[in-house]
Amino acid sequence: MTMLLEVSGVSVTFDGFRAINNLSFNIGKAEMRAIIGPNGAGKTTFMDIVTGKTRPDEGKVLWGDKSISLIRMSEAQIARAGVGRKFQRPTVFEDQNVFDNLLLALKKNRSPFSVLTYKKSGEDVTKVEALATEIGLRDQLGRKSGELSHGQKQWLEIGMLLAQDPQLLLVDEPAAGMTHEEREHTTSLLVEAAKTRAVVVVEHDMEFVRRLNCKVTVLHEGSVLAEGSLDHVTANQQVIDVYLGR
Amino acid sequence: MRRESFFARNPSVVVFLLCLAAFTLVVSVMSEGAGAGLISTSFIKTLGKTLCLCLVAVAMDLVWGYTGILSLGHFAFFGLGGYMVGMWLMYQRTHDIVAASMANATIPPTEQEIVDAIGTQIFGVVGSSEFPPVWAFADSLVIQLALVVLIPGLLALVFGWLAFRSRVTGVYLSILTQAMTLALSLYLFQNDSGLRGNNGLSGLQNLPGVEASQAVVSIWFLWASALALGLGYLLAAWVVSGKFGSVIRGIRDDEARVRFLGYSVEGYKLFIFVLTAVIAGIAGALYYPQAGIINPAEVAPIASIYLAVWVAIGGRGRLYGAVIGAAFVSLVSTWFTGGQVPSVNLGFYRIDWVEWWQVILGLSFVLVTLFAPKGIGGLFDLLAGRIVPNRHGADYGPDKGSFQEAEGRE
Ligand SMILES: Nc1ncnc2c1ncn2[C@@H]1O[C@H](COP(=O)(O)OP(=O)(O)OP(=O)(O)O)[C@@H](O)[C@H]1O
Ligand SMILES: [Mg+2]
Repeated sequence: MTMLLEVSGVSVTFDGFRAINNLSFNIGKAEMRAIIGPNGAGKTTFMDIVTGKTRPDEGKVLWGDKSISLIRMSEAQIARAGVGRKFQRPTVFEDQNVFDNLLLALKKNRSPFSVLTYKKSGEDVTKVEALATEIGLRDQLGRKSGELSHGQKQWLEIGMLLAQDPQLLLVDEPAAGMTHEEREHTTSLLVEAAKTRAVVVVEHDMEFVRRLNCKVTVLHEGSVLAEGSLDHVTANQQVIDVYLGR
Repeated sequence: MRRESFFARNPSVVVFLLCLAAFTLVVSVMSEGAGAGLISTSFIKTLGKTLCLCLVAVAMDLVWGYTGILSLGHFAFFGLGGYMVGMWLMYQRTHDIVAASMANATIPPTEQEIVDAIGTQIFGVVGSSEFPPVWAFADSLVIQLALVVLIPGLLALVFGWLAFRSRVTGVYLSILTQAMTLALSLYLFQNDSGLRGNNGLSGLQNLPGVEASQAVVSIWFLWASALALGLGYLLAAWVVSGKFGSVIRGIRDDEARVRFLGYSVEGYKLFIFVLTAVIAGIAGALYYPQAGIINPAEVAPIASIYLAVWVAIGGRGRLYGAVIGAAFVSLVSTWFTGGQVPSVNLGFYRIDWVEWWQVILGLSFVLVTLFAPKGIGGLFDLLAGRIVPNRHGADYGPDKGSFQEAEGRE
């Protein structure tokens, strides 16, 4: 299988502290992957590197069939190339309503001049409405997103990710602070998305990871400690020592 | 989510334009120029200048209130617009005077002699008679008018490109813009800057080749300023109403998130910075012929800070708030600093309003920032007591009556 994203030998140092240490990580085109690991393991930093927020000191980050290097590209260019990202704490535009948030994310020409002359087409409205239905916010389209509950904001952010129509979704702790039912809805959203694209989920909650039913990568001190099925990695003594057994 | 016309979606724009038209009409009819004489020519000029300040405030709101870039340098663009038009006004008028006085000479003067005489007239005060290179196009109205737009636009483009590309934001950007306007004003203060140093350009109220009296000319400028404000407001409202407005408000609230959506934040910031610089330049070009004089003190750093204060007091993030703030504060300021307000004698201390006005202004800025972040514009929402209707972010209240009120108080 050809890989969608190939990270190899990447290291990052913050003020002498090695947050990512010779990390290698691959993901295929329509694959779901969970990343687990203790606090400070470098999970968020890994996403920062892939999305262009942090430049690695060394290593390669290659993308797509043509193996383009993402390292020299800006955040916006990487996003346009097809990498979508959901942040650890929900970040939606609270001052704007749900519809505008989704419309902003909808895959369209992003240049200032074409946005300036953009006219909402019926097709786009239909797309936004379909997305809103999918994330369970169909009735909330006109509401300011700042008024939404925590769980709804998380879904809106996932909806915005889907609206971008990326080939790779990087999702940082989507279930944090959610109730049990909300988690189930989130799981089904992600599983559905992974049918047509790659999805990488960072999560601490083992129940949640189990329901995703996918390959798991364990990070520790900036590199991969174990990889495989959830049962396989949770049986690993090192993983128990540094993470599960805390 | 149905498609409606721009005006149906933004009723406040219609209300604003109607108020502006009514205001201009009423003031014109009552003016000296129209024969009624209820409003003096000098006050017509004050009102016309106020409209220009409202226009630059709209630009400030666009760049700060909507995009979140606290530029404290937009008066540099305003001043440059004034200088560009001022050069033609001064050159052409001096040309007419010089040509007229030389016409009686026995030997008709050559074109070169006229130009030399103009040079002596204009640059005598700075001990020179040569035309500096920046005056190369001063004899062409068309080119100077183009420069009103081009020079501020170009400065904003270069400055913005450098600043935004290196991701300078927040306080650092504000300081950088202050440095820009300070540098410009210091440069202009020099005699060899070619723009008459601290003398600036004067006599700008006289339109070359126009016979009409100042009373009539002041009405023309009032109209031109009102037209520019109306068009500028319309343009700004259009820019912020659609998806573009959604993007720039997103940049204001969380620029990193906008980046990860694939928008080039720097490009958008640059676009808004240049657009507002151009609007500021046009506002300045209309302002200074009404003021009659422009000098480097006009682009001193404090001027741009005042601009931010007006917009804060009026209520940023809503265009009519900027207009109300600029109109209200600048008119009250004219009143206080004009020396007409009697001083208050407390026995042990005399409150002299010309100085104390600054303190009041500073205090109200602090109070508004702390207790009424929506400014005066926010008061109208309270008064109207209306529940925010279910529509897209930008269009706020229907009421723009305040503008008239602020004017009417004078
Ligand atoms: N910009 C930064 N400057 C300095 N140190 C940083 C920076 N970003 C991350 N770090 C450090 O790098 C390490 C890895 O952080 P990271 O946020 O990637 O962990 P994580 O695996 O996401 O943890 P959590 O589960 O708590 O979210 C931490 O020790 C953190 O303090
Ligand atoms: Mg993290």
